Amino acid sequence: MTSVSVVDSAAPLLDVRGLRKFFPIAKGVFRRIVGHVRAVDDVSFTVREGETLGLVGESGCGKTTASRCILRAIDPTSGQVLYRTRGNEVVDLAPMSRAQLAPLRRDIQMIFQDPFGSLNPRMTLFDNVGEPLLVNGVRRRRERMDRVAELLRLVGLRPEFMHRFPHAFSGGQRQRIGIARALATNPRLVVADEPVSALDVSVQAQVLNLLLELQSSLRLTFVFVAHDLSVVRHISDRVAVMYVGQLVELAPTAAVFARPRHPYTAALMRAVPVPDPRVSGADAVLIGEVPSPASPPSGCYFHPRCRFVEERCRREAPVLRELIPGHFARCHLAEQLTLGGGGETG
Amino acid sequence: MPPIHTATSADSNTGEPLLRVRDLRVSFKLDEGMVRAVDGVSFDVFPGQVVGIVGESGCGKSVTMKAILQLIEPPGRITSGEILYRQGPDEAIDLSRLPPRGQTMRALRGADIALIPQEPMAAFSPVHTVGEQIVEAIMLHGRQRYGRSINRHDARAITVDLFRDVGISIPEQRIDAYSWQLSGGLRQRAMIAMALSCKPRLLIADEPTTAIDVTTQAQILALLRELQRKYDTAIIFITHDLGVIAQMANYVVVMYLGRVMEEGPVDEIFHTPRHPYTRALLRSIPSMQGETRTALPIIKGTLPHPFNRPSGCPFHPRCDDVMPERCTKAVPVLHSVGQRRAVSCFLHSELAEPA
Repeated sequence: MTSVSVVDSAAPLLDVRGLRKFFPIAKGVFRRIVGHVRAVDDVSFTVREGETLGLVGESGCGKTTASRCILRAIDPTSGQVLYRTRGNEVVDLAPMSRAQLAPLRRDIQMIFQDPFGSLNPRMTLFDNVGEPLLVNGVRRRRERMDRVAELLRLVGLRPEFMHRFPHAFSGGQRQRIGIARALATNPRLVVADEPVSALDVSVQAQVLNLLLELQSSLRLTFVFVAHDLSVVRHISDRVAVMYVGQLVELAPTAAVFARPRHPYTAALMRAVPVPDPRVSGADAVLIGEVPSPASPPSGCYFHPRCRFVEERCRREAPVLRELIPGHFARCHLAEQLTLGGGGETG
Repeated sequence: MPPIHTATSADSNTGEPLLRVRDLRVSFKLDEGMVRAVDGVSFDVFPGQVVGIVGESGCGKSVTMKAILQLIEPPGRITSGEILYRQGPDEAIDLSRLPPRGQTMRALRGADIALIPQEPMAAFSPVHTVGEQIVEAIMLHGRQRYGRSINRHDARAITVDLFRDVGISIPEQRIDAYSWQLSGGLRQRAMIAMALSCKPRLLIADEPTTAIDVTTQAQILALLRELQRKYDTAIIFITHDLGVIAQMANYVVVMYLGRVMEEGPVDEIFHTPRHPYTRALLRSIPSMQGETRTALPIIKGTLPHPFNRPSGCPFHPRCDDVMPERCTKAVPVLHSVGQRRAVSCFLHSELAEPA
């Protein structure tokens, strides 16, 4: 059962505050910097231990960039990425050097989208899955073999597969291998970037079940990046919706899907094709395209596509506000609008 | 005729089918052995109807599409079956017998039968403007499809109109853009314009929205529905997304390992599925209403390797209703179980393929 957000007294495992990542746009012979792509622009959220935060949005909304900043695969422009260590000490990952990060790397791991591109085709499963162990100081081969066997069993693969190469496995099996590798170092926080979007329907269900199982048995915390709302709804405790680099809504899953408070979230939900021919989605079309994060519109970034737009929305940029405890939205009209979930029309 | 369950009026179409695929088989002869990619597929496409072919990777849906367009490359080969395309009231040609590079097939392909590919980025040439590529197609097929030869100037005017039709703003400018200058949604719209440029009677859409975002997908699907109504084109819509199929198709063909498991009107497939595979597939998708964070019902096991086809019914190792004596030994025939409804499962018919 999901408890609808009783305020957790314990400090969150991850606390992202005012995260920004700007990419410079260079022009001309001298590569003069003429502007910035504001890929992630002032994003703040927390992730509690053992929960799953779903991060959703269309391509180019900054969800992947934000997740890479948390992993410090790229360096944030500004902001804090506060992480509570095993010793209950809160550290800021954002300004850390490589050397300082090294001991924390094993705590925060990643599952990738593409099960074909993310495994080295020239390395056996033992080497693919065991490499993080080697990097983290498990030097004895015997010990690594035992651990890899254990990991493969954990993700539902036979330990004998260890000496085979990735090409011998299907997409779903490869995603299991990728999960085993992410779990090799006993992480606490796992960032999964579209882990099931490249998989077939039946395989997707298997991998989602596996992730839920592993989460409860290993007490993992997930940041689950995805664009498929039905998948996000299924797996997440809370959902964060991004649009053009900003968070536009953040709330417990049940609350968002019962009553979204931002018109963009509602539009995103209506755009999901319903697997039932009796439910028509014909009129559920959001017009226009996502604006470029290099030159976003004035006021609310969503106003050119919003059907509730008012004069104020064109001029004044809304802030992310807490409407009811735990439910945040970035919309001037959040209180007035009655937005529905999947079924709303008109 | 009594009104049967119909999603749209197109279902009650009782005319002659535009395309009739009968027992189509396509094999790829590889060093490791023979892969039967399509293994006895039959379905009809009526004028103005949207037929959805749904299945997971390796089920043969794309190979079926390629066979219809005669785009199977060696070592692949159509080994048997018929693809009857009705050109006129009493005139049907079997596309599977036509030489792939012959005059007739080349005249049909891209004109009578057009394709919307999955990846418009890969389908457009990056060194020509999108407009040029569409103009070229119109000039090539002009005499046949427009009844007169069309010069470059006219073709350009037609293209601008098409761009407007598919919802591309400022078409006069966009026509001179290169594919890589357009966003994913616009590129797919341009691709649709190209597919429609020669007024096709049959449009094959191969996962046309798989690579794009949900909101753009909703726009493209709405556009396809609107154009389909306007031009009354028949569409074969190939996808793995059951949501998209439910929203787009009148008639659904469910495939697994090169065989048709079940086919029928969309409402019946989704509300009274007969084949265990269809039922399992529908159960395994996370819904927007159901309980969250619980285990989803899954289809046990994995998709077999193409060289390791199971004996008997291809789905039997993963089937919840398997009858060990029967299903492992014989292959069920796709058997009619009502008007425009067929299932290949021993639960519904005893008929087996000849051994």
